[in-house]
Amino acid sequence: MNTAFLEHFAALPQEGPSFLAAMRRDALARFTAHGFPTPRNEDWHFTSPAPIVESSFEPMRPMAAPIDRSAIAPWMAGSDEWPLLVFVNGRFAPSLSSTASLPVGVRAMSLASALLEEPTLVERYLGRVASFNEQAFAFVALNTALMRDGSVIHVARDTRVSRPLHMLFLTDDAADGGVTHPRNLVVVDRNAEVSLIEQYASLAGGRSLTNAVTEAVLDDGATLRHYRLQRENMRAFHTGHVDARLARDAHYHSFSFATGAELSRINIYATLGGEGSGATLNGLYMLDDVQHCDHQTRIEHARPNCYSRELYKGILDGASHGVFNGKVYVHAEAQKTDGKQTNNTLLLSERARIDTKPQLEIFADDVKCTHGATVGRLDALSAFYMRSRGITAATTRRLLTYAFAAEVLETIELEPLRTALEALTLARYAGE
Amino acid sequence: MLTIDGLRATAGDREILRGITMSVAAGEVHAIMGPNGSGKSTLAQVLAGHPGYEVTGGTVEYDGRDLLAMEPEERAHAGIFLAFQYPVEIPGVSNAYFLRTAFNEIRKARGEEEIDPMDFLDVMAERLKLVDMDEAMLQRSVNSGFSGGEKKRNEILQMAVLEPRLAILDETDSGLDIDALRVVADGVNALRRPENATIVVTHYQRLLNYIVPDYVHVLANGRIVKSGGKELALDLEARGYDWLIDEPRTAGAGA
Repeated sequence: MNTAFLEHFAALPQEGPSFLAAMRRDALARFTAHGFPTPRNEDWHFTSPAPIVESSFEPMRPMAAPIDRSAIAPWMAGSDEWPLLVFVNGRFAPSLSSTASLPVGVRAMSLASALLEEPTLVERYLGRVASFNEQAFAFVALNTALMRDGSVIHVARDTRVSRPLHMLFLTDDAADGGVTHPRNLVVVDRNAEVSLIEQYASLAGGRSLTNAVTEAVLDDGATLRHYRLQRENMRAFHTGHVDARLARDAHYHSFSFATGAELSRINIYATLGGEGSGATLNGLYMLDDVQHCDHQTRIEHARPNCYSRELYKGILDGASHGVFNGKVYVHAEAQKTDGKQTNNTLLLSERARIDTKPQLEIFADDVKCTHGATVGRLDALSAFYMRSRGITAATTRRLLTYAFAAEVLETIELEPLRTALEALTLARYAGE
Repeated sequence: MLTIDGLRATAGDREILRGITMSVAAGEVHAIMGPNGSGKSTLAQVLAGHPGYEVTGGTVEYDGRDLLAMEPEERAHAGIFLAFQYPVEIPGVSNAYFLRTAFNEIRKARGEEEIDPMDFLDVMAERLKLVDMDEAMLQRSVNSGFSGGEKKRNEILQMAVLEPRLAILDETDSGLDIDALRVVADGVNALRRPENATIVVTHYQRLLNYIVPDYVHVLANGRIVKSGGKELALDLEARGYDWLIDEPRTAGAGA
């Protein structure tokens, strides 16, 4: 058992409402009881947390020096005019943030201030969606025990927000050897609609651990478009957990874009808890060198007449290792469930590796659930076709690689973000 | 322009071309006909550099260069164009981007200046008319979800944009109704120049009513069994291929 995290807990400032203190103690007790998962744990079969456990991370130091807005320009992901919450080394950075343009009906604040200003809202939902009472969820338990800051977003009934909210989590020069536990809570009330970008990036090259948890609560008829971007530096470790709970006719659209970190594990979970609700979980991971990136999705069909759609694509180069585990759990009462899951992998190198595992557990008898996975290299016939038109072998490879990614990038409804990620992808394989 | 001498090629363990000899001069149209499995599509693909075939013998000289030593893209840069029998779908790459990239790579290889997207659109607008295609086709992914006729027209559009010196049409007529056939043939004819040459690979004589050949070669079992003028195609239409294929055997039996 790694005792560093217990020391972090002992060093936490005694602040915040009493419900939080009780929840922290509970989470720490669960973590202590279960410990970190090992490869024997089915959910962690292809990803060992050992490199994280053995690193003995320190609590994160505050930002090294004030950061200029120009330094964060590369991470604007579409537009710098969108409402923005910036966190540096796990702490809210008001001087870099801009929430003045938030429309009526939307509140966005740091978790630290929400605990003071909106304790009722926070108490009602925080820790109620993301379960941590299993060894597989050790990192969620740690986050729950040790969370300091993050964002709280509340969208009031019938509010439709046209511009997305951008939550940007950065680490700087002081982050080397440190760990943060960002914690986000998103509450979308009845018939409200909002788009969020949750992005993790590094301003420096040190090794740190980001252990993030985002809980989302969607009331009847609510829609949340959630774009999660993991673009941390190539030495970083990243564990992320997203858990969305949907009421009747609610719609959750998730896109996970992952190109960063040496070792990353991202859970995207959704519970379809109301009839007529649906989740679309898409993602693209592009890895190189010794990167390891593991996505685990879990869709729980708890009520009848719900749909789920999943398309995850991976492009693996170097000696990278991708993992995709797509769980779909259909309860006995969830009749007329309509689920489709696809995972396609493009291997650009002989040394790259993918482990892909669909996992369907169906207890209802009148359902339509399909899954499919492909693993392949660039299509030789397509390549010949392009080269026969005069396109060089290098450009052909770049275009076909891009085309593979484009199919899933096209599903991003937020046009400026889609354009930005398409440009990133095209540049990545430009090779010039 | 093109001199093929004793060309042999295999796919896997199977020998498909068993010694093809023919030459094509500038300004000429050659038709290559033959029954299914005779090797005519293989010949077209080998000339374009298809990686699925291995050349096991013979030579191909194109404008004084050893064509077989050139990469597929080098052949395109040198002016060779193959209109595919089965054009390949490339989801995720728009027709416009694909064509502009090809156009510019060929210009670059020839030491010419690249063209910017706006000017390229002007080039395209004119070529689209030639094959009766809508501008909306440019924004669609290459051949993705195109009907058979659209794919074939798209091949001719590419040909119109890339302006090859030697165009090889591989069964461009297959799967086309008579109207689409006429559009495609008119497009090909409009692109003919005295300094260019065309090889038309086809099973039926139908296309040759519109693209009139100077020479017709009949392929059977990987060899040219007969060559002649355009009237040979009409003969084939009337009599089929059997008399040509059987001929050597009959002759052998009589000797």
